[in-house]
Amino acid sequence: MTALDMSVRPTPGAPRDYAFPKFSSATLPNGLRVVVAPVRKLPLLTVLALVDAGSVADPVGQEGVAQLTASLLTEGTGNLTGAALAELVELMGSTLDAGADWDSSVVKLTTLSSRLPDAITLLARVLTEPALPDDEFQRLRTERLADLLQQRSEPRSLADEAFAQSIYAPGARYAKPDGGTEHSVKGLTLDAVKAFYAQRYSPYATTVVLVGDVSIDEGIAMVSRVLGSWTGTKPPASARPDTSLVAPRGIHIVRKADAPQSELRVGHAGPPRLTPDYFPLVLCNAILGGLFSSRLNLNLREEHAYTYGAHSGVDWRRWAGPFSMDAAVQSDVTAAAVREILNEFDRIRAEPVKPEELSLAISYMDGVFPIRFETTRAIASALASQAIYELPADYYDTYRANIRAVTADEILSVAQKYFDPAKLQVVAVGDPSVISDPLAALGIGDVTVTDAADTLGT
Amino acid sequence: MQIPIETETLANGLRVTYSEDHVAPLVAVNLWYHVGSANEREGRTGFAHLFEHMLFQGSANVEANEHFELVQRAGGTLNGSTWLDRTNYFETVPSNQLALALWLEADRMGSLLPAMTQQKLDTQRDVVKNERRWSVDNQPYGTWWERLPALTFPPTHPYHHSLIGSMEHLSEASLEDVAEFFATWYTPDNAVLTIAGDFDPIEARALVREYFGAIPRNPSPPGRPDFAVPARFDHTMREVVDDDVQLPRAIVAMRIPPAGSEAWYAASVAGAVLGMRKGSRLYRKLVREQQIGADASAYTFDLTKGADLLVVDVTANGDVTSDRLEDAVHTELDVFARDGVSDPEVARALALIETDFVSSLQSAQDRADTLSKYATYFGDPALVNEQPSRYQRVTAAEVTAFAKEWCTRDNRATLLYVPRVAAVEAAA
Repeated sequence: MTALDMSVRPTPGAPRDYAFPKFSSATLPNGLRVVVAPVRKLPLLTVLALVDAGSVADPVGQEGVAQLTASLLTEGTGNLTGAALAELVELMGSTLDAGADWDSSVVKLTTLSSRLPDAITLLARVLTEPALPDDEFQRLRTERLADLLQQRSEPRSLADEAFAQSIYAPGARYAKPDGGTEHSVKGLTLDAVKAFYAQRYSPYATTVVLVGDVSIDEGIAMVSRVLGSWTGTKPPASARPDTSLVAPRGIHIVRKADAPQSELRVGHAGPPRLTPDYFPLVLCNAILGGLFSSRLNLNLREEHAYTYGAHSGVDWRRWAGPFSMDAAVQSDVTAAAVREILNEFDRIRAEPVKPEELSLAISYMDGVFPIRFETTRAIASALASQAIYELPADYYDTYRANIRAVTADEILSVAQKYFDPAKLQVVAVGDPSVISDPLAALGIGDVTVTDAADTLGT
Repeated sequence: MQIPIETETLANGLRVTYSEDHVAPLVAVNLWYHVGSANEREGRTGFAHLFEHMLFQGSANVEANEHFELVQRAGGTLNGSTWLDRTNYFETVPSNQLALALWLEADRMGSLLPAMTQQKLDTQRDVVKNERRWSVDNQPYGTWWERLPALTFPPTHPYHHSLIGSMEHLSEASLEDVAEFFATWYTPDNAVLTIAGDFDPIEARALVREYFGAIPRNPSPPGRPDFAVPARFDHTMREVVDDDVQLPRAIVAMRIPPAGSEAWYAASVAGAVLGMRKGSRLYRKLVREQQIGADASAYTFDLTKGADLLVVDVTANGDVTSDRLEDAVHTELDVFARDGVSDPEVARALALIETDFVSSLQSAQDRADTLSKYATYFGDPALVNEQPSRYQRVTAAEVTAFAKEWCTRDNRATLLYVPRVAAVEAAA
């Protein structure tokens, strides 16, 4: 064997084409939409039933009812108790779960294709004829309260919730946890759940996504068979949540005595998912804190070793979700780390990103696209986003071209348009005796200190 | 469903597995080194993992941080991870970038040390200390995964000490340690390489020979530590941890035969019967019926050397005390050990295991990692294709026999987390 010169870097061959899986949509006479994407490499399917009944639809004072309603769906239907239903589904090797996020409620089924007819029949039953039994309601509400109690000692969720409170107006839906506060969850009743279900769950508000080992015709016929006779009227539109920003900027410490690290969130409300500036914003964020080689991570981790990792992101929602820059930093460098985060935030607004930064972000987002869609679950989730946010039919076919078209000037422009230093809020879950004075000395805003119970209580 | 498998061994001892499919234009490269925290020398806990960080700090022909950048610029994903007895490194890239991923792995296997500096080591040491704070010290129940091996393996055993390491030992790690660890363990004869996905087999084999073929094997392979332990605990063990948590949590471990051994499959199914998903025994009894637990799960640790652990993990619901929680968990395990399991319980477990297996075949990187696992631990990646039928042969009678033999009280170790706040309030 001849000695190889390892200093000669390999050059890539010609790229192979990739296309997002073909899918087809249909609307049944009862108003229910069906989206089917045949992906037939394995005998497996993911089915999502999406209902326009997310947490943002929670009535005021009943925060958490969307999540509790969704969770209760799989706790029995007809003469099947929740326990019997779980056993029946799992005897088929399938899993059937339900939950809610901000923008939708969803019943998820994973199953081998040989079990699809039986499994999707059960999915349809829990969606359209849930028993909503009182004993399981009481249990799930208690478990949600236990979950909230747990979060008092969990720095990451505490930081997320304190951050939401700091950036949205008091009382705004986005200022409270999507699963509700201790106060609101304690006040929830089974009647509230039943009323929410009656008002929000309807074929007109539902999209069923099937991805996997099924043909388009079979998929539509199967959904039609199990859900075609479901009736309902168009539900009212959800209220638009208050997303006005809070001012002035401030520093909010959530007390965690003796914490070895401070869990940081720095940011403000971001743009809604349907912003026309989505693609420049995605690349702007990738360069700021989205990639491992992002400015925030290279600065806070690889240069200063303040943290195991620093990142930034927009929580994309139908309305303006949070934009935040996050890191868990050693307690004694908390203020220094916030200073570096603010420096990076200022820098992305001050000058265009460098050509090599832009080319890295673009080639990553472009190249990784096929790797994102290896599983039926990931493809179903992409089609769910398309349905929930009413993205164009060719959204995934044009995604890579849209990424490649973004320029450094556009990134600078969206950074200046959507990022505002005057509105930044800084949250630190940590030890006030160590971090309070140094944070105050930054001179960027007043420092307040609260307890974990206050963050999750109301 | 059979994963296509071709294997070869290079003259320097590197074992390579190829698994070709062309579903999507991407390819996974996955490299396992048969070394983990179990191979650390005394006074150097956490070193195997710190060393993993150093492998992303460049090599003779790659600058610091360039490893990440080159793969991401190629449109790929990458990472590495350290476990008790292995360390893996992996990239998934567009298929036309296979050569880049192989070149990066070969350059650091062949010539890591010229790129190592004191400053890089100091930085990564601090990053790892922050990883420890983040994942262990400042996380509710975060110490469980160093406390459980410490409780269930004797002090001299290679699994006993902390994988993430102590702050003190991390502080003491030196560049000399880096050089020694590299020379001892990071050689082709101690590694397994898997390539899975969309590649041309002739081209891939040529690239592997070209990049890895000239890396010398270890002239004096190191000795392996002794992993042998008695088959059972034979006495009850218990540790109570006061922690900054709100709800008690009971983690009960049983010592069981090593993962992959004939006797282990019944244990794996027993774990699924007990605590896999909402139809499982513990979820039904403790969460749904008695409402003592807010959540319950059970699983094997999948240790292939010495002995494995079957772990039951239940978090208390609402105001359930740690005493009541612990008692309820052991009572259910007593019933399990006394009465065994029913046919439907085993049928449910096997059906879920089958679906999970099929699901795990979807991603090229998951397939590659599984192939590397079987090649590293058992010398035969093709064993992966036998797993579904091996599981299907497990009977309820075998699981019942397993429960009676291995799940008795004298083979249980309990790690009980108790809220520190409650302890203070009770005293006041």
